[in-house]
Amino acid sequence: MATTAVELIVDQNRIAPAIQAAGEKLDGTDSSVVLDFSGVSRVDTNAIRALEEFARRAEGKAVKPVLRGVNVDVYKALKLVKLASRFSFASETGDGPSQKKK
Amino acid sequence: MIASEAVRERVEIPLATENLTPERAAYLDRFVAQARTAAAVFSQFTQDDVDRIVKAIVLAGLEQAQYLARLAVEETKLGVMEDKVIKNMVATEFAYDYVKDKRTVGVIREFPERNLMELAEPIGVIFSMLPITNPTSTVLFKCIMAIKTRNAVIFSPHPKAWRCCSEAVKIMYETALKHGAPEGVFSCLESHTLQDNAYLMRHKDVALIDATGGPNAVKAAYSSGKPALGVGPGNTPVYLEKTADLNTSIVDIIISKTFDNGTICASEQTVVIDDEIYEVALKKFADLGAHVCNEKETRLLERTVIDPQTGFMQPLAIGQKATDIARFIGLSVEPNTKLLIAPIKGVGRDHPLSVEKLFPVLAVYRARSVEEALRVCVDVNHAGGLGHTAVIFSRNDEVIRRFGEVINAGRIIVNSPGAIGALGAVYNDLVPTFSFGCGTGGGNSTTDNVNVYHYLNIKRLARRTQNHMWFRVPNQIYFNMNAVENIRQFRSRCTIVVTNAALERIGHVDTVRRCIVPEAHVHVLVIPDAEPEVKVVMQGVETLNFYKADQIIGLGGGSVIDAAKIMKLKYESPDADLEELAAPFLDLRKRVVQYPTEKVNRARLIAVPTTSGTGSEVTPFAVLTDKERGCKVTLADYSLSPDVAIVDPQFVMSMPKGLTADTGIDCLTHALEAGVSNYASPYTDSNAMQAIRLVFKYLPIAYEQPHDEEARSMMHNAACIAALAFSNASVGVNHALAHAFGARFGVAHGRANALMLPHVLAYNAAVPAKFMPSPYQQGYVAHKKYATVADLLGLGGKTVEEKVHNLIAATENLLDRLEFPRSIAEIGISKEEFQRAVPDLAKIAFDDPSWRSNPRMPLMSEIVELFWKAYEGRGIRELAAAGQLRAP
Repeated sequence: MATTAVELIVDQNRIAPAIQAAGEKLDGTDSSVVLDFSGVSRVDTNAIRALEEFARRAEGKAVKPVLRGVNVDVYKALKLVKLASRFSFASETGDGPSQKKK
Repeated sequence: MIASEAVRERVEIPLATENLTPERAAYLDRFVAQARTAAAVFSQFTQDDVDRIVKAIVLAGLEQAQYLARLAVEETKLGVMEDKVIKNMVATEFAYDYVKDKRTVGVIREFPERNLMELAEPIGVIFSMLPITNPTSTVLFKCIMAIKTRNAVIFSPHPKAWRCCSEAVKIMYETALKHGAPEGVFSCLESHTLQDNAYLMRHKDVALIDATGGPNAVKAAYSSGKPALGVGPGNTPVYLEKTADLNTSIVDIIISKTFDNGTICASEQTVVIDDEIYEVALKKFADLGAHVCNEKETRLLERTVIDPQTGFMQPLAIGQKATDIARFIGLSVEPNTKLLIAPIKGVGRDHPLSVEKLFPVLAVYRARSVEEALRVCVDVNHAGGLGHTAVIFSRNDEVIRRFGEVINAGRIIVNSPGAIGALGAVYNDLVPTFSFGCGTGGGNSTTDNVNVYHYLNIKRLARRTQNHMWFRVPNQIYFNMNAVENIRQFRSRCTIVVTNAALERIGHVDTVRRCIVPEAHVHVLVIPDAEPEVKVVMQGVETLNFYKADQIIGLGGGSVIDAAKIMKLKYESPDADLEELAAPFLDLRKRVVQYPTEKVNRARLIAVPTTSGTGSEVTPFAVLTDKERGCKVTLADYSLSPDVAIVDPQFVMSMPKGLTADTGIDCLTHALEAGVSNYASPYTDSNAMQAIRLVFKYLPIAYEQPHDEEARSMMHNAACIAALAFSNASVGVNHALAHAFGARFGVAHGRANALMLPHVLAYNAAVPAKFMPSPYQQGYVAHKKYATVADLLGLGGKTVEEKVHNLIAATENLLDRLEFPRSIAEIGISKEEFQRAVPDLAKIAFDDPSWRSNPRMPLMSEIVELFWKAYEGRGIRELAAAGQLRAP
């Protein structure tokens, strides 16, 4: 069966809508979904809710979602709400959370 | 804040949650989940972000101070609206004044001189219980603390204060949200039950309980297994001492006790008044609107405002006006009465009014003396108010200090109102709060006024410190042939020469004597040629005292010089306890026992060594044998170092071959161990390296050609130079092994060192099984330093491993050339005898302080192995063949 990888860039000013949009694209893939967080310096409550919902939908599709370029402050917030374990993380240059962008 | 809600909260908070329905649990879970997300989002905020929100909510609280005060009074029917306005303003304005410049995000404090930094970590979700007595002010205060520290709070108001609390939370939440706080940062339970509280206290995502409530709530919080901030019950004793400014004191007491109708648990409960001012004080109370009860009225109060069953105050009286209480119990008072004063004659169940009374009823006690007054205050303090608050009015600093010493209270308020004084920042510089920590006396973990720092996990970032090191040596060392003549420059009225019989016999004493100034009376004290005994030392001290000596010359080997050092110590400081001074220590600067600095006599110590090994002429060490106790006492302190060292080779020219070899190897061991010591420094290294070089070059010559003046001279210098190194860097495991083995089998110290040395070199050069903590060193360097020694000696080798191998081989060759036995077996100790001894030897060696500076921490099993290697005498070739010389 053919696989399609989905990649989306998440913008700081539209985090929740971008994640929701990515969630809708889950139906079209049975491979990986990568959300690029390199432009995100901070997440709010809505973004966390959207990520929770996105993780839930991805798990339903057996797709492991990947967050790329997550700064360590956002990563820590995801750890605090116990969301981090539901994603894979990739840095812009390698694995793991990246440095916060000032 | 009001801890004494015990009377209103008779129902224990249940510890089990079986009665909670799944729907209710899900409802409560949603509260926590929302708070958890808010806390997570909040964790990303900067100091500027939180400071902006704090300022906004403080202003909102101030604006609504009156509205919230009115709500609180209407709902709770407690207290005074005007006073509650003040409370709300203190809870916002004064709290803000304290926190506004405090850093609570990221690095919050720095201590550059200690290389320490403190950083803030938010707590997360706080479950916060609110009291009935100060409901809205407590909400305002806690919201400010929470925002300032980036925490989310779930509030649980007292059921009878729910509406006003809920409104206060709403005002703060909406303002915070408007200024960027995370959604869900505050929430307030409604229609909640004690089961709800119990469930939330144990919720896995609640990080901290802040229980401002009665003892049952606090107990439940502490029993939940969660970290908790609790408050304790109060019963504030007040001492009105005869030197107090009565006009100010009595107004202060009335202000405090009537403030919000006495609902603050830090308010005055029993005033103990000195006899001399008792009548005047009561008159002043009466003049200012208090009603002083007669005996009959006091009995009436006791029966009515205190529950005779429990001994606690009656809930109905809490926060009520004095006139309302009087009317309710049928007491006739003036309409403007502010306070009811009830004289009592003791404290405890027989004196019901001596307990906490959160209403304007004040007990007074007439004390006949300061001691009686303090005793009664202690009684009141122990009658339900431990750890909370106490007040004293006095101008006598000594009495104030005594009061502070005997009273167990987190807040001891002096010459100011108890209730408002304890809140902090109004009458004093206490940290402002609406939660009084009452310490263990009140069943709490802190006596602090709870504030922002209790809402933070404070992380300490400790950078490695570069401890100061030292290089301390005697200030005068004279060396080379005839250096002894330098003694002439030291003035003396009476000189005692400490020596042994052999040295006197061969003329060394006369040589020294000729160099002592002619005006000095000289007395020669001959002692046995062995490690000095306590008895010998004390006889020497008697001699020093008898002659009132001002100069001591120690002429001899290490034992004689050690004896002279200890004689000097006891002569100058007769009270010095040698046993205590020998107490073990790890770091010289932190040692428990300090050497005496006050001296009743003073004498210069000149050390003239007659062997080339111990280096005792410059070391701060001395060994003493205590035959009565059957042990050796090692003393170590720089005050023991001789004042002058004379390193004159003429005194070693006649040293026997065996002694030359033994002392020479002792010197080499000192240098090699100091070189790799964890206390080694560039200063000690330079001396250690030079000593090693001199030993390898000159010891064989001095051994084989005893009359070679240059070799003797250089070996004499080498011993002194090596001692300069190990006096400051110490020795290592080789000495620990040699001390244990030498003492057990009566083997000379140098010889014992020689038996261990090649094995210890190989041991220290290998990868340690256990590294020794060494703040002075960067990484493990022993093998590299041995390689440096090999280079210095020109031993060749390309790799570190080869160089270490060559150094061990060179050492073995030197030992062979000096005709040392190369194994313990070779000196005639049977395997069975040694086997029996090894367990004890290992224990003794492990207890020896010498190895504490060794680069590798010796395990017991390794010590045993080293002893067996020394017994069997396995050499470098076997070790290399076995692949056991692998460097790290």
